[in-house]
Amino acid sequence: MAPRIGVVLFPGSNCEFDSLEAVRALGGEGEILWHGDATTNGVDAVIVPGGFAHGDYLRPGAIARFSPVMSAVTEFARSGGPVVGICNGFQVLTEAGLLPGALQKNAGLKFVCTTVELRVDSTNSALTSEANLGDVLRVPINHFEGNYTCSAETLASLQANDQIVLRYVDNPNGSVDDIAGICNEGRNVVGLMPHPERAISDLLGSADGVVLLRSLLASASVSV
Amino acid sequence: MLFSVQVEVTLRQGVADPQGATIERSLPHLGFDGVKGVRVGKSIRFDLEAADEASARAEVEDLTQRFLTNPVIEDSTISIVAGANA
Repeated sequence: MAPRIGVVLFPGSNCEFDSLEAVRALGGEGEILWHGDATTNGVDAVIVPGGFAHGDYLRPGAIARFSPVMSAVTEFARSGGPVVGICNGFQVLTEAGLLPGALQKNAGLKFVCTTVELRVDSTNSALTSEANLGDVLRVPINHFEGNYTCSAETLASLQANDQIVLRYVDNPNGSVDDIAGICNEGRNVVGLMPHPERAISDLLGSADGVVLLRSLLASASVSV
Repeated sequence: MLFSVQVEVTLRQGVADPQGATIERSLPHLGFDGVKGVRVGKSIRFDLEAADEASARAEVEDLTQRFLTNPVIEDSTISIVAGANA
């Protein structure tokens, strides 16, 4: 049976249909999870997509974290369910306390919208299990607040626990330790600034996001 | 009692403040020399009903810590005075 992937829709999300399309193109079933409903509807994995949830008022993710769906997503994540936050979704997951650290404004005060190279530095996560260590993937980025930061202790524990799953080959935003994506200690929650759902076909400029989303579908199948 | 509250949110020391840096770099172009250490933050004001100042402060500190700031990157300064905000 095809794994069912729920894509959270907040007011202000804008990558939910790209994410659904990507999931469906790779053989999964995709459905929207409305932010006002406190349920994950029995899905096998959750994507928190990019955009500007609740207008990014106060801080990116600060209001979204209190949306009713997030209590269900948190419970789903705590029970081991695969959850991936992309771009704004990554910001939401850090604000919700599902991932450590925070995303600050890009170094140089630049909005970056380009395709970057990512190196797979851990294959032990819900989003990288199907990739090979050291793979270099070309994936688009599109953000203003993607400069990952955390305390020195948090960084040391991320490094020691192999939780930095993706690093930029050429750091575009000032992120500490070139971090593009991290996972939690349970390895089922992953956040990344780049958009794998926008890199699923050569027609889009790159199909390198496929291996990442395939990993998520595989994790979803396991957790069924 | 009604208290007027002002919470000033600033980026923590050491956290990059590209807006502050850009403002600082721009000022000399207008002829304002000698300005240093520009930091951009935000100010949040509200009125709060509480039994006394101590309980008002406890509540404001709690909501500031849990919601108004992200303690990973932001600091806050709280001021509380009796009476409503003007």
